Amino acid sequence: MQPWKRTLIGLVAGLAAAASTVPASAQQAGTQFIGITGYRVGPYGANGAAFFGGFTDYLAMINERDGGVNGVKLSWEECETEYNNAKGVECYERLKTKSATGPTAIHPMSTGITYAILDKAVTDKIPLITLGYGRTDATDGRVFPWVFPILSNYWDAATGIVKFIGEKEGGAANLKGKKIVLLYHDSAYGKEPHPVLEAEAKKLGFDLKMIPVPHPGNEQQSQWLQIRQYQPNWVILWGWGVMSATALQTAQKVGFPRDKMVGNWWAGSEIDTVAAGPAATGYYAASLNLAGKGFPVVKDIEDKVYAKGKGGDAKLIGTVLWNRGVGAAMITVEAVRKAQEKYGKKPVSGEQVRWGIENLKLDAGRMKALGFNTMLPPLEVSCQDHGGSGQVRFQQWTGTEWKSASDWMKGDSALVRKMIEESAAKYAAEKGIKPGCAS
Amino acid sequence: MNFFFEVLIGGLLAGVMYSLVALGFVLIYKASGVFNFAQGAMVFLAALTFVGLQEKFGLPLWGAFPLTLGVMVLLGIGIERVVLRPLVNQPQITLFMATIGLAFFLEGVAQIVWGTDVRRLDLGLQDEPIESIMTNFNLLVSKFDLAAAFVAGVLVAVLAVFFNKTRIGRALRAVADDHQAALAVGIPLKQIWAIVWSVAGFVALVAGLLWGARNGVQFALTFVALKALPVLILGGFESVLGAIVGGLIVGASEKLAEVYLPALMSEFLLKHYDISINLAGIEGWFAYMLALVFLLVRPEGLFGERHIDRV
Repeated sequence: MQPWKRTLIGLVAGLAAAASTVPASAQQAGTQFIGITGYRVGPYGANGAAFFGGFTDYLAMINERDGGVNGVKLSWEECETEYNNAKGVECYERLKTKSATGPTAIHPMSTGITYAILDKAVTDKIPLITLGYGRTDATDGRVFPWVFPILSNYWDAATGIVKFIGEKEGGAANLKGKKIVLLYHDSAYGKEPHPVLEAEAKKLGFDLKMIPVPHPGNEQQSQWLQIRQYQPNWVILWGWGVMSATALQTAQKVGFPRDKMVGNWWAGSEIDTVAAGPAATGYYAASLNLAGKGFPVVKDIEDKVYAKGKGGDAKLIGTVLWNRGVGAAMITVEAVRKAQEKYGKKPVSGEQVRWGIENLKLDAGRMKALGFNTMLPPLEVSCQDHGGSGQVRFQQWTGTEWKSASDWMKGDSALVRKMIEESAAKYAAEKGIKPGCAS
Repeated sequence: MNFFFEVLIGGLLAGVMYSLVALGFVLIYKASGVFNFAQGAMVFLAALTFVGLQEKFGLPLWGAFPLTLGVMVLLGIGIERVVLRPLVNQPQITLFMATIGLAFFLEGVAQIVWGTDVRRLDLGLQDEPIESIMTNFNLLVSKFDLAAAFVAGVLVAVLAVFFNKTRIGRALRAVADDHQAALAVGIPLKQIWAIVWSVAGFVALVAGLLWGARNGVQFALTFVALKALPVLILGGFESVLGAIVGGLIVGASEKLAEVYLPALMSEFLLKHYDISINLAGIEGWFAYMLALVFLLVRPEGLFGERHIDRV
């Protein structure tokens, strides 16, 4: 046999052996297996690395500090989606069969992937936790029993931003006659707030101009010249990835003040502001969680995981998206704990975890006990309300870090709820779903 | 009227930024007749290596630039050795497929070596309006864009001299026409390819620095290559000057179209067909439509060579 053939065969055999070897953290008998459809490379790799870094760090901390959830160790496996819908579906299919109890709950971290696997999750009885993204009307659990847009949804964000702007203007009544621009990513994600902002404009009497930015958003000259001509009082930035940093840079170019710009929570991380440099100073953004290291849970992760050399990238600790990943993992873990109360202290299935999420109640006291303090708002999920909070908080970029700029607050909850129920009812009629509570 | 000129000038300057990326494509195409799918990845790799070296070794701009250029030259030589040399005389589609593989390889390697963090690149030039023009004419012209246009102009001048006045430049053009014939008359094909890929690496570095300073150094830099496609179709794949003119046409037309066309079209549809529709956001595809129309009228582009084959 020729040497190159021997090498090739050896290489293939080696790779096959490596592939069949179960990673240390992956599924082990008797553990609660968590399937992660993540992304750490590709166009949104930086965002994913922070979020999923925090997510897995928290899981590791639970194993190290508590020995798992009520003695049931956690195991997990991450499948790389590169934020690509097709790969997301592939990962979902791969992970769902990895353990007898399924992947616990999936966090797609992509509105596109959420839409792609939504019907599959219903059939497979796997809960989807879409923390601050995905289908807004899935907040109505009577129509979407398997989807949990936990904490807050896009319409909570949009109405919260309008309320925040109203406060900055000295009260919602002062918004009458004001001009607000929505600069949005020209995608399903970017179009999600349109109906609720149009309703708010009508209700509060402000002029709304919606300007799309084509994907990926790395060139926004014409959009910002239109903004310069329109001379709005405020710009709402509904960006993702490179679009957000480019918007901040181009705002500087046309001389629009950054402290009159408010981003949503996917346009408000260090990834966006660091890339924009000094152009980002003063910029506001909504958030689902607070940034920073001053929370006991962060210290626990540093002590129990990083100190033992088992953590990820230490410089991400305390960043907006890393903290959000920690919060998302905590919600998953607490749902498992809740499910164990009913179904016993053993690995629980997706169906049982669904019950756990739907009955999850994390009040301020419980948040404190878990070491989160005010990092996340109190949460109470129910069949009717798969969000459980609807609260949003604002932060401002100082040039070096995000500083809190408001307390937890709610937008126009009544309007949001009304629109959610209307949209969910329409979806139910289209799909022939009879709305109701399963538990 | 002021606003029209503002959009036009902004568009022309944005077009120059597209041209910078398109130049890299032109170089490879001139030397090998191949559309280099990996040019966007090279822009990303160059910018990431530059900021990575700055970050890791605390290098100033002038220190990181030659080192990164060295990396890009080594990459050019490596590509010639590993990818192109075994493919001499293969059909062009084979070489094109090789560049697709190369693109994914470079993207992966760049992220493995330097990580996926988004990094800021400070060239010491803020993207701000020029005050005097703003005050006197109420026109917004960006300092940064003007500097980028100057850099692009210098690059074009240097490349034009390189291709037309040097022996290597003429050899490059011979190689593009026919590999085998070029070899037969003694042109060192391997050396020529290594040189041209290195020069394309240099152009990628310049483009990467300017785009990276504008948007941050991140994976999205690979997407800027997409805007170079209509530029190349308009200007011609083989023309350095065409890359610049194509860029100017694409930049200006897409900005003017985005600002003026949606409103006009929406009004027309509403008036004549009672259809209410928001057509904003055409910038994403307008340049490609323009290129398509151009292909029908002048497939070789404005400055491309017209090929007549005897059959």
